[in-house]
Amino acid sequence: MSRKFLSGNEAFAEGIRLARPQVISAYPITPQTIVVERLSEMVEDGSLSAEYVHVESEHSALSCAIGASAAGARAFTATSSQGLLYMAECLYYASGGRFPIVMMNADRSTALPWNIYGDQRDSLSQLDSGWIQAYAENAQEALDLALMSYKIAENKDVSTPFMANLDGFVLTHTYEPVDIPDREQADKFLPPYETDNRIDFENPKNMAFSAGPDTNYIFKFKEHEGVLAARDVIAETEKEFAEIFGRKYTGLVENYLTEDADYILVTLGSIAGLCRETADKLRAEGIKAGVVRIRYMRPFPHREIAEALKNAKAYGVLEKDISFGSEGTVYTNVNSALKKADVNIKGYNFIGGLGGRNISASDIEDIFDGISKGTSNVNFIGIGGDSNG
Amino acid sequence: MRPYVRDKKTFSQSEVPENTCFEAGYLVSVNSGWRSIRPVIDNAKCVGCQQCYLYCPDGVISINDKKAAIDYDFCKGCGICAKICRLNAIRMESER
Amino acid sequence: MANTADSISREEYFYGHKACAGCGGSLAVRAALKVLGKNAVSVLPAGCMSAVGFNFPQLCFSNNSIISTFAGTASMLTGVEAGLRARGFKDFTAVGFAGDGGTADIGIQALSGAIDRNDNIIYICYDNEAYMNTGIQKSGLTPFGAKTTTTPAGKNIHGNIRPKKNMFEIAAAHDIPYAATASVGYIDDFIAKVRKASQIQGTKYIHVIAPCPTGWGVPVDETVNIAREVVDSGLWYLAEYENGEFKLNRKPKEFTSVADYLKKQGRFRHLSDEDIDIIIKSRDKKWEYIGKNFKFD
Repeated sequence: MSRKFLSGNEAFAEGIRLARPQVISAYPITPQTIVVERLSEMVEDGSLSAEYVHVESEHSALSCAIGASAAGARAFTATSSQGLLYMAECLYYASGGRFPIVMMNADRSTALPWNIYGDQRDSLSQLDSGWIQAYAENAQEALDLALMSYKIAENKDVSTPFMANLDGFVLTHTYEPVDIPDREQADKFLPPYETDNRIDFENPKNMAFSAGPDTNYIFKFKEHEGVLAARDVIAETEKEFAEIFGRKYTGLVENYLTEDADYILVTLGSIAGLCRETADKLRAEGIKAGVVRIRYMRPFPHREIAEALKNAKAYGVLEKDISFGSEGTVYTNVNSALKKADVNIKGYNFIGGLGGRNISASDIEDIFDGISKGTSNVNFIGIGGDSNG
Repeated sequence: MRPYVRDKKTFSQSEVPENTCFEAGYLVSVNSGWRSIRPVIDNAKCVGCQQCYLYCPDGVISINDKKAAIDYDFCKGCGICAKICRLNAIRMESER
Repeated sequence: MANTADSISREEYFYGHKACAGCGGSLAVRAALKVLGKNAVSVLPAGCMSAVGFNFPQLCFSNNSIISTFAGTASMLTGVEAGLRARGFKDFTAVGFAGDGGTADIGIQALSGAIDRNDNIIYICYDNEAYMNTGIQKSGLTPFGAKTTTTPAGKNIHGNIRPKKNMFEIAAAHDIPYAATASVGYIDDFIAKVRKASQIQGTKYIHVIAPCPTGWGVPVDETVNIAREVVDSGLWYLAEYENGEFKLNRKPKEFTSVADYLKKQGRFRHLSDEDIDIIIKSRDKKWEYIGKNFKFD
């Protein structure tokens, strides 16, 4: 093991080097660019043996990765924002074909207006694309996710592509000390990719075919079950990871002081740290605050969220996203989880960080204040409730 | 090996593949029903020049002992073979 | 002639498909795969040939084959080729079969990228001159004057008002190792070009005219004849680009009648004498250019 001072992007690239992808399709977009730059350097210096393909667009980046995966190779690509939207067609293609590609997405605002800074509207708009979606909080988790992602995605019961999301700039460009696992240990943890879902010269295959109404729904059911199977596989993978590398992760969610909390804030990504600090401060003032950090939006932690929130008096969902004309998508998902589990407590949605707008400690204190005293259903930080009341 | 018709034609839920990857050249139906006319080879005229074999869009013509032979399971009756044959060794006949 | 038939595999790799009777595209795919053999890996975008060949459980390719996104023929070819190479395979050919819309319109960016990278692939455009799978809509390769379901022939506008994009020379402008034009009407020439492409390292582009009787408005047994006539009348030409040079493969001593070629087809039947004159003039201009810039042995 070695320790380096790395940005989120660089840490993720280090994790990918350890995962030994055989084909990397690369197209630059801010704030993802550092990842493909570092990977090109690793290929150049021989520390990563991969076909590095300079594709001419994000659509081709993922289309190329799908082709490589269909050839039986481990494939990697990375994108952000407009790039993710440009390749959207291929997202559904990769998941429908059950190709366990890993893609890093630097979460970034979507145009218009143009903006390069971080919010999560890009990836959250693609929740239905059939990909596993993880959200990292810090650079270490980013590196570890890169390594774990292939093991989860390539599991035979899962066979689903994996999108690892890093908040643009706040995480992708922020430097932290990061532990880098040894190559031998990484190889022990992640064996080479084996699959039957590939081109085979001994027993030729027809792939990515059509399926009519008589079987199409069966393929879709199996795809759904594959993403659901990731629930257990993520737990198993994190257990094995902890045994080898010593770092423990907590599955689909990470709870902080939720057990006896009256007021719980549910969030995701890099903002969670500030939420926890705020909870600590409120606790010192006698307010029982807690935080749930969603680590995986797909498969969605229905049970885990209901379990964490069931004894609270009220909760809030803080997200860098808005589904226009409705509410934040994370809020919708959380509410569904609670409804199914018969948890009937007051909930409020807080939309913040759009276009990279800072979310301050006092913003989060205000959010907890709103949760405890009651506020509008959907609140834009710095503006107030929407006209839906 | 050319694709061929298999015995197993329908797939239950458990038999449907987990992914979109399946045995190549797996056929469950023929195309003979498309045809209103069929090509018939006149073996007395056919010299096995293979032009019909080369130009058949469906690949249903093979050459055996220097004579053209047609797989009527998959011939759609387009008639390109009859048009291409310079010896008029193929005529199109109405399907009864 | 017999040599061509004997030079290709006796196996059929594209069989039992549901293409319309007399489909020129299916002939192009069939012939090319008989050249490339069992280690060809075909990539076909959403379009006629994938629609007719890949309906689970009716799967009509006996070689490894995969459907790509509409825009992604070339990029998926790149990935397949890189992935197989990364896994240690050497003896295979990654070949794409895309239609005119999939090539000259929605797929041109990915194709340009692949040629730019000089990926070791063969890209075959089977050109039936419109979006046939969706019901005969105009593409970037629909010729001037053609009636399609989106270029109606009326009093004001006589079908498509723009000429075909020149994909052959667009590919050549990338300084591609090998590019060629062909027609399914001259199948020996097409087969020879596919074979030549399979022996060249880097990106190869072959543009083959493949009539669609349904879309062109010709009888289903006329596919081959009309594919010859488009060459014989000079409206298409058989050529190659290699080592930085254009080469003409076939020079008709005298062009057959353009009007006869057009009037045989439902899509051109509305054309006026003036329209036909425009087509003849543009043909003559093209051949003047060919005469100046293409070698002919």
